[in-house]
Amino acid sequence: MGRLGTITKRTFLVGSAAVAGGIAFGLYKLATPQENPLEEGLLENAATFNPWILIDSEKITLITPHGDKGQGVTSMQAALLAEELDVEFGQFETSFGQPSAAYWNTAMADEGVPFMATDKSFKADAMRDVMGGVMKLMGMQGTGGSTSTPDSYEKLRIAGAMARETLKLTASKKFKTPLDQLKTKNAAVIFPGGKIVKYTELAVDAAQIAPVQDVQLRDPSEWRLVGRPMKRVDIVEKSTGTLKYGIDQTMKDMVYATVKVNPRQGGGIKRYDASTAETMRGVKKILPVTNGVAVIASNTWYAIQAAEEIEFEWEPAPYPAEQKDHWAEISKSFVEEKLDSEWRNDGDVEQALSAREVISREYRSPYVAHAPLEPLNVLIRVSAEKVEIWSGHQMPRMLQKIVAKVTGHNADQVTFHNLYMGGSFGHRLEMEHLKLAAEIANQMRGVPIKLTYSREEDFAHDFPRHIAMGRGKGTVKDGKVEAIDLEIAAPSVINSQMGRAGLSIPGPDAQIAAGAWNNPYQFPNYRMRAYRVDELAPVSSWRSVGAAGAGFIFDSFLDELIHEAGADPMAERIRLMGDKTSRTVLETVAEMCSWNTKLGATKLGENKGRGVAFVESFGVPVAEVVEVTNTEDGLKIDKVWIACDVGRIIDPVNFENLVQGGVIFGLGHAMNCEITYSDGMAEQSNYDSHDGMRMSQCPEIFVKGLENGSKVRGIGEPPVPPAAPALANAIFAATGKRLREMPFNKHIDFV
Amino acid sequence: MKIVVNGQETEVDVSSDMPLLWVLRDELNITGTKYGCGIAQCGACTVHVDGVAVRSCQLAIGDLKGEVTTIEGVGTPSSLHVVQDAWIEHQVAQCGYCQSGQIMQAAYLLDKNPTPTDDDIDLAMSGNLCRCGTYPRIRAAIRAASKQLAKGE
Ligand code: FES
Ligand code: FES
Repeated sequence: MGRLGTITKRTFLVGSAAVAGGIAFGLYKLATPQENPLEEGLLENAATFNPWILIDSEKITLITPHGDKGQGVTSMQAALLAEELDVEFGQFETSFGQPSAAYWNTAMADEGVPFMATDKSFKADAMRDVMGGVMKLMGMQGTGGSTSTPDSYEKLRIAGAMARETLKLTASKKFKTPLDQLKTKNAAVIFPGGKIVKYTELAVDAAQIAPVQDVQLRDPSEWRLVGRPMKRVDIVEKSTGTLKYGIDQTMKDMVYATVKVNPRQGGGIKRYDASTAETMRGVKKILPVTNGVAVIASNTWYAIQAAEEIEFEWEPAPYPAEQKDHWAEISKSFVEEKLDSEWRNDGDVEQALSAREVISREYRSPYVAHAPLEPLNVLIRVSAEKVEIWSGHQMPRMLQKIVAKVTGHNADQVTFHNLYMGGSFGHRLEMEHLKLAAEIANQMRGVPIKLTYSREEDFAHDFPRHIAMGRGKGTVKDGKVEAIDLEIAAPSVINSQMGRAGLSIPGPDAQIAAGAWNNPYQFPNYRMRAYRVDELAPVSSWRSVGAAGAGFIFDSFLDELIHEAGADPMAERIRLMGDKTSRTVLETVAEMCSWNTKLGATKLGENKGRGVAFVESFGVPVAEVVEVTNTEDGLKIDKVWIACDVGRIIDPVNFENLVQGGVIFGLGHAMNCEITYSDGMAEQSNYDSHDGMRMSQCPEIFVKGLENGSKVRGIGEPPVPPAAPALANAIFAATGKRLREMPFNKHIDFV
Repeated sequence: MKIVVNGQETEVDVSSDMPLLWVLRDELNITGTKYGCGIAQCGACTVHVDGVAVRSCQLAIGDLKGEVTTIEGVGTPSSLHVVQDAWIEHQVAQCGYCQSGQIMQAAYLLDKNPTPTDDDIDLAMSGNLCRCGTYPRIRAAIRAASKQLAKGE
């Protein structure tokens, strides 16, 4: 798939990626093992084998550096470590650890390369390795892009095995017993006569020997944990109100803060009058921050109330004030100068389009907010020597650099305590709330500040999913799809997001086209071109990023062509599918819902309809079937069947939960969520106007995870993109009404 | 003013229009009750007042009449409420942030109606938003808790 021009550009990009703070990278560094962050500050009687396991005479701590925003990765990481280490759930604690370059994310690199996930060519793999090297060099510790499992799958098992073998070797030396007679189980070494020595008793001695490096991983058939249902490590705390999220942190002498920043994102402040607010009960201080004001009080509510009473005069937004002008800008970007990349050009599209009647359609995907239920918050304390932060975040290392810049410290003076997050969906990749918290705390050095956003402030400062517009031209012939010429125009989310973090990423933005160019269909003629629109409102990564919009555009248009061809939507997708794993996914979902691929043979009740959609994102092929009924009270989503292939499922219960959640997320936002701008401000400020799905609207969701894929993949995001087109396709089947714009409630009522 | 939370009487000195939510969280440091929206749209702040499920973000402390029970008061890790037990058994939570409110709402539902139909469950629970989409598991957990309650009686 890769064309030489693209590859060269990407290679260059790789070599020249700059980091805030500016570190020069070279190949030599690639081979340097990352320093072990646990060696610093290690207790005298503790041994560390690698950056993921800490054992002392008291306890075993598994370090799970990937942030947990509800996707269950703490348990996933712990399970992979525990599998080879031979410890059971209940015998260890977990910790997010301290941010470190040693936790660089290998898997994150995969999404940045211009190759289809199904492309197993040497060139594609070589590029993935190069990108992996860069992630390592940059010490890019991040959680996102559904990479936690692929990143952890081998690394953590190796870590567990290394630790186990080192403990065994220690025991063998200490008790003069041949190594091959020792076994491990339940966090202990077992001797031939049945004697048991706990790992914790070996910790001190283990520190004296060189860790065992060449370990062999167990065959999956020997696994005790991975692949079986597990009781997640956080499940009791999350069911008893005892888990402390960022918003629940407290500290002696802590004060409560909130901010009010120009709701026209990025716009400045002309003046403000806080004379009323200053006199209000509980208010301690009112401080200026970038583009706004912070209120410090003895209670979050007092702070929020007072912030409401401040009178502001704001500067205008640095982007078009009205939503229609955003669309107008997108609309006129389908031009040669804005061409970001031609991702596909198979067959001869021009020729095919000139040969017969062309079907032309246009689609829109709106701005959407992340709005995780826990609003943004940060607990921070700044002193002359150091900065300490407690918060939940997806990019801990970048965070340290950015906060250090605000407070005038070095990044290594910033201690970050990562916490369980009350959702994120990409919201907690962003840094603005941390910068503001740092500005406040820097003005009140020594005092712990807990900054909490009101829900309204959180909405106003959400950097939403980017808007996108798609234009498709296509032809059908002999009952088959013959040609697709798809163009998508959107602002670059990578540009917007990385720009805020001080990184500049040259080259095309794969996220404009993700979900549209990479579906492994084999159309006789397929051209896919992406246009980069100049930045409008600042945007960010929203669960599944580009694929949410582009996948909707792609699959909706494909569905229209299939209907025009008079083919069965399932059968034609299966026929066109060029990748075996993906075809199996489609066949599986058809089987799950008893879809009879003979056209019109699937008999549903009156006013019922079914739609299917397939979108591959983050390397995971996903097919979903949605069944709806058009009732007198509105459209009802009855059932959803979803099949996907992740290569390997770590925890089937968590997997099912996350997949169902992804379907609900995709459907809910497609039904009723958008952010629109008026007077430069988001018009939606709370869940009354942007709520997603409610329980009464929730369909039954049947999940099947397949393990045929050759690579292990993450499932946090991939269920999202096919949900919207599958719903639109189902609505068409039930009502004859084709919805080409999200949210669908602009055009149809839901129950 | 005096309020009773989880069986304990405490004195709080706050503005009488401060919502109960913020008294619990920032004055009494009882943080299991969550802030999600502040406008009765999400249910994360649900507590019981004299056994009735109430959105604590909407109840001014000056208007509080009755005893407050929060998630910490219905059960603890070592002594779980049947609803919590079902929640753990079904591994309902993803991020978990909405779950205190969900559990308080579900406990109230089952208290009033120990054998709810699927429609009863949907109706009672639709004010509680879960951004992670744990609804299928919430339904299953409520049905399981309902069965458990029936067995216990
Ligand atoms: S915080 Fe009370 S209903 Fe949302
Ligand atoms: S579990 Fe995250 S909001 Fe419900």
